Amino acid sequence: MQQVIKWSRENLFASRMNALLSLASLWLIYVTIEGVLSWAFLNASFLGEDKSSCITRPHGACWPFVTAKFNQFIYGNYPAVEQWRVNIVFALGTLGLSLLVAGRINFKKQLAVLMLTAYPVLTFILLSGGLLGLSYVETNQWGGLLVTLVIAVTGIVVSLPLGILLALGRRSELPIIRIMSIAFIEFWRGVPLITVLFMASVMLPLFLPKGMNFDALLRCLIGVSLFASAYMAEVIRGGLQAIAKGQYEAGKSMGLSYWKSMRLIILPQALVISIPGIVNTFIGLFKDTTLVMIVGIFDLLGIISFHFTDPNWTSPQVPITGFVFAGLVFWVFCFAMSHYSKSVERRFSVKGESK
Amino acid sequence: MSGKHIIEISYLDKYFGDFHVLKNINLSVAAGEKIVICGPSGSGKSTLIRCINHLERHDGGDIIVDGVPLDDKVKNIDHIRSEVGMVFQQFNLFPHMTVLENCTLAPVWVKGIPRSEADALALQYLERVRIPDQADKYPGQLSGGQQQRVAIARSLCMQPRIMLFDEPTSALDPEMIKEVLEVMVDLAEQGMTMLCVTHEMGFARRVADRVIFMDEGEIIEENTPTAFFDNPQNERTKLFLSQIIGD
Ligand SMILES: Nc1ncnc2c1ncn2[C@@H]1O[C@H](COP(=O)(O)OP(=O)(O)O)[C@@H](O)[C@H]1O
Ligand SMILES: [Mg+2]
Repeated sequence: MQQVIKWSRENLFASRMNALLSLASLWLIYVTIEGVLSWAFLNASFLGEDKSSCITRPHGACWPFVTAKFNQFIYGNYPAVEQWRVNIVFALGTLGLSLLVAGRINFKKQLAVLMLTAYPVLTFILLSGGLLGLSYVETNQWGGLLVTLVIAVTGIVVSLPLGILLALGRRSELPIIRIMSIAFIEFWRGVPLITVLFMASVMLPLFLPKGMNFDALLRCLIGVSLFASAYMAEVIRGGLQAIAKGQYEAGKSMGLSYWKSMRLIILPQALVISIPGIVNTFIGLFKDTTLVMIVGIFDLLGIISFHFTDPNWTSPQVPITGFVFAGLVFWVFCFAMSHYSKSVERRFSVKGESK
Repeated sequence: MSGKHIIEISYLDKYFGDFHVLKNINLSVAAGEKIVICGPSGSGKSTLIRCINHLERHDGGDIIVDGVPLDDKVKNIDHIRSEVGMVFQQFNLFPHMTVLENCTLAPVWVKGIPRSEADALALQYLERVRIPDQADKYPGQLSGGQQQRVAIARSLCMQPRIMLFDEPTSALDPEMIKEVLEVMVDLAEQGMTMLCVTHEMGFARRVADRVIFMDEGEIIEENTPTAFFDNPQNERTKLFLSQIIGD
């Protein structure tokens, strides 16, 4: 206790000005926390089948809305009897990722390869079905967190390798490759994602031959992936530019081919430098998935706001609660990415860098 | 053409844009010969030796290394690079790899030698450059002199027949120059063909068979070290020597 008093005296109340600022901050913290707590818990309603309990408690969150709709928020309109398929995909994904991130295992490389090859195939088969006796589930029935994750993970997994290739292409000595890479990158960076999605869903079908129709979700996946790749390419190009010319020359002088020296010497260094920018792009991409709402795909935010219009749940607190819930879910994912990236950066930081 | 020359450079021309960097260079190097190249900064010394392993593409004349002509054929370039090792002024070690990994990278990935063999080879060469106990450190944890010796070991691991040195001691603190030169002297005594761009006159006197003086992209004078340093012929050589001795 004495230490607490001593610490506060030195750090919070050292001078009159300091004391004033400390008190103001404490008051601000108190007001915020008090407001949040009373909205989320004290004044909130927790039980109920419809809006009635929420209307009687107009100053607090309407959590029954979230619990009642939870299934749709996660799966969209994915048929209830088939939801076990989604659960398997989620479970395998979580297991694989957590082993890769935190596990002390000696088959990480093999696991990573599996997660990038077998897992996407399995996911596709399980989610859309039509094979192996699984019934076919059209993508317009997918929704909620499922769709958000499908779009974000696809975007992340495609944009990193494609971004690397584009960044290398932009620095290539072959003029055709360089010009094509620059054109691609500048095109996709210059167009807003909303426009890309809108074009993919409204304009593209006009150009395709009649009868040929490809899936709306797939079109969004392609649009989002290409869009993210262009940003990724520029982030990685920044990392490539930071690598000294001597590194390339050392590789060449030992007889390493272009691809080998990229893979073994240049990219390992450039990617580590680029980690903050890469994660920034991932996080931006994750949040941008919400834009697919405007082309009629119901991601997490889309499906939550869609249910605001449910006549059983018309209450002023319902949208607020819905948005807070969506915000929380997005925050958890983005924070996890940002947190993990810091540990990766630490692990790969070059030894003995401080000369 | 005589068969005993391991490098034959004839009528070599090289431009950077409009700038004529190398002007009609002729130089033949016998196997096992040690050549020191000196000259003022910007005279084209680095460019000349970088042409020999095609880090720079030459514009005219011929370079034949170990019987293989250096043209744009990838196969020939790869072959020549596997015969020619290079040591840079700035070491250019790979900072994200340990000393041992630096040394085994090319043997494993270029020659396809099994890792255990490559490790043994690397340790043997690290021994020769007198740092066997630093194998698991990262370059950033070593002194400049140690880093340059690792760079020499790394080149030797490819078992080249020719070694190119581009001012290997110019980036080093004076107290570390000696340890690197000693390693180079060892290497010379073991019969390696060496082309060294350096202004270390003691080293040149001790190991060089020939000293070549370049200025403005031309070979101005070449002679045995004793004759070169004690009795230079050309006015430009005299001026240059008076300047480096004046240091
Ligand atoms: N990549 C390049 N592009 C244009 N000019 C260059 C390049 N490399 C070297 N030079 C120029 O060529 C000349 C010779 O350079 P260099 O061979 O490095 O000289 P040295 O090693 O003798 O100091 C210098 O004037 C230098 O500025
Ligand atoms: Mg030079």
